Amino acid sequence: MNSISTMITTTTSTTKAATMSESKISARNVQVFYGEKHALRDVNIEIRPRSVTAFIGPSGCGKSTFLRCLNRMNDTIASCRVEGSIGIDGENIYDPKVDPVQLRAKVGMVFQKPNPFPKSIYENVAYGPRIHGLARKKSDLDDIVASALQKAGLWNEVKDRLQESGTGLSGGQQQRLCIARAVAVSPEIILMDEPCSALDPIATAKVEELIHELRSNYTIVIVTHSMQQAARVSQRTAMFHLGLLVEENDTDKMFTNPDDQRTQDYIMGRFG
Amino acid sequence: MTDITAAGIPPAETQKKSLLTLDDRTRRRNAAEMRFRMMGKIGVLIGILALVGLLTSILSNGLSSFQQTFITLDIHLDPARLDKSGNRNPEEIAKVTTFGYAPLIEKALSEAMTAKGILGNGVTVKAAAELISKEAPADLRNYVIADPQSIGQTVSFKLLAAGRIDGYYKGRVTMESAKLDRNISPEQLLLADKLKSAGLLTTKFNWSFFTAPDASDTRPEAAGLGVAIIGSLYMMLIVLVLSLPIGVAASIYLEEFAPQNKFTDLIEVNIANLAAVPSVVFGILGLAIFINFAGMPQSAPVVGGLVLTLMTLPTIIIATRAAFKSVPPSIRDAALGVGASKMQAIFHHVLPLAMPGVLTGTIIGLARALGETAPLLLIGMVAFVREYPAGPPDGFFDPASALPVQVYNWTQRGDPAFIERASGAIIVLLIFLITMNMVAIILRSRFERRW
Repeated sequence: MNSISTMITTTTSTTKAATMSESKISARNVQVFYGEKHALRDVNIEIRPRSVTAFIGPSGCGKSTFLRCLNRMNDTIASCRVEGSIGIDGENIYDPKVDPVQLRAKVGMVFQKPNPFPKSIYENVAYGPRIHGLARKKSDLDDIVASALQKAGLWNEVKDRLQESGTGLSGGQQQRLCIARAVAVSPEIILMDEPCSALDPIATAKVEELIHELRSNYTIVIVTHSMQQAARVSQRTAMFHLGLLVEENDTDKMFTNPDDQRTQDYIMGRFG
Repeated sequence: MTDITAAGIPPAETQKKSLLTLDDRTRRRNAAEMRFRMMGKIGVLIGILALVGLLTSILSNGLSSFQQTFITLDIHLDPARLDKSGNRNPEEIAKVTTFGYAPLIEKALSEAMTAKGILGNGVTVKAAAELISKEAPADLRNYVIADPQSIGQTVSFKLLAAGRIDGYYKGRVTMESAKLDRNISPEQLLLADKLKSAGLLTTKFNWSFFTAPDASDTRPEAAGLGVAIIGSLYMMLIVLVLSLPIGVAASIYLEEFAPQNKFTDLIEVNIANLAAVPSVVFGILGLAIFINFAGMPQSAPVVGGLVLTLMTLPTIIIATRAAFKSVPPSIRDAALGVGASKMQAIFHHVLPLAMPGVLTGTIIGLARALGETAPLLLIGMVAFVREYPAGPPDGFFDPASALPVQVYNWTQRGDPAFIERASGAIIVLLIFLITMNMVAIILRSRFERRW
């Protein structure tokens, strides 16, 4: 791994040393195909560390596809093909030498529908650290589970029933459990694919609050259908439309004075 | 479609209808639904009647095989006849054939009949001895060989009654049929009644039906399922041990890892086809490959088990793949999302969730294999086997029978007593099958989890 990183830093990042320092993820000419379908065209984006970046856009615009490229979850789809390069800390994650399993420990993911394992709350959170060998002793694992649940703001609600099934929690709690599960393997980046679309407003508010808190330690990329949510939680917003990255800007500017007419139309509700 | 277009037409003022009267359309629709429900009910009824008919016929024919008529005698195991040297050497005791034991039985019978006052008035010991099964001396000999120290003692022994006597108390043999029968006379039936009232002849639960090996055509009373049950158990063991891991491994590979291309499509189609291949074809395959080519022994559970494994594999693979398909993809995503490898995701999360389906499929496949007859006929498991196979694993290579083949075998024989035995064997087979299905249901409900 070290050899790759040095190789990449010597070849590519000398020219981009300035941008490297402030971007956690940098995508270059990313093209995604599903069989014959060209789902994403030529996406270039820099995502800043320790901030929240929101992807917005109408359904089928490719925002989720791009999100899933960032931890190579698209590898599980046989017909999917990705071109271009996506660098995380300057290392191209589509390099043939990169093992997606190792990558996903670094880039956690929270899905649209809460999907806890049908196991106990404790086991849900402990699973990641266990397979990555993060804890040597039972007490270490207990600490990791407790701290992950604390970070996900779920500790006070579940600390007395860690052995109960994770699927018995409410929808919002399940989603925060999934966030705790992602946090437990100490990722640097957390991807969230419409994490609140299956939740009620109160649960949504809690998850958003949580995203605010997590921002100080993690780089967060969130796909959302709700523009209010994008405005509330993110610092940067990227607008996708028909497989193109239309505009990427500070969230404040995006929602007040976007550069692109299509962004303007989408935000005003003229399509999508 | 007509409903939609009709709804588009605004109702004419004159056609105003009350909701309390049914219009023709509704009436016809309701009638059609009623007809459909009736057909469904009739179908279910036919099914239930068929099942009830089947069960009553099997039970009425077969239940009596669990009872057997015995003649209980106190037999003095005379050392002068059984062990002339007197040193209880098992080899020398084994030299005494069944002919050496028959006089002991006759002597005991004569003593018992004298004591009860039945002898005399034209009743001879010889006629009475014919009421006892020809298998009885052999049973007595086996008892003595197993326990040489019993020589010299007087042992109360339960001897099998002859098949005709057993049939007499089960209603199969009557005075009329005995008149035409060379094996039994009406006088002997009357004698049996006397023995019964004297308490010498009794009807008891027939354990030997489950433990004894098969017997010859002329001794239906001694025929049992012992060898067939052992053979079937051995085969099920082989089928389970081979087909479960192979089947599950194949399905996991095909479902989760194999690339989607023409070749895997071809494999899939062929697995589906194999599931539909008549079982007798697998028997020919087993005969050609395992016996003729690989030189394995005939009539052996190992060959039967291998053939049934081949037959069961497609069923298990199809059921397992269906179980894997039914696990929601979100569970896979969740596992991959925290950095599990594909194999970890499958073995830690998908397989446990698919387990109820896998087990159900396996047990149903096993149950089908247990009831399979045709392929076993071709690999020689229909042979007449008197010797118990050895314990596993050596016993896998010894000749054995199987439950369904034993049923087939017994139905081929002339004596009506074997029809009773065959029905009894069917009941045993059904009990095995029902037990297996129960296990499948219990496992399914135990492993089933919400997600």
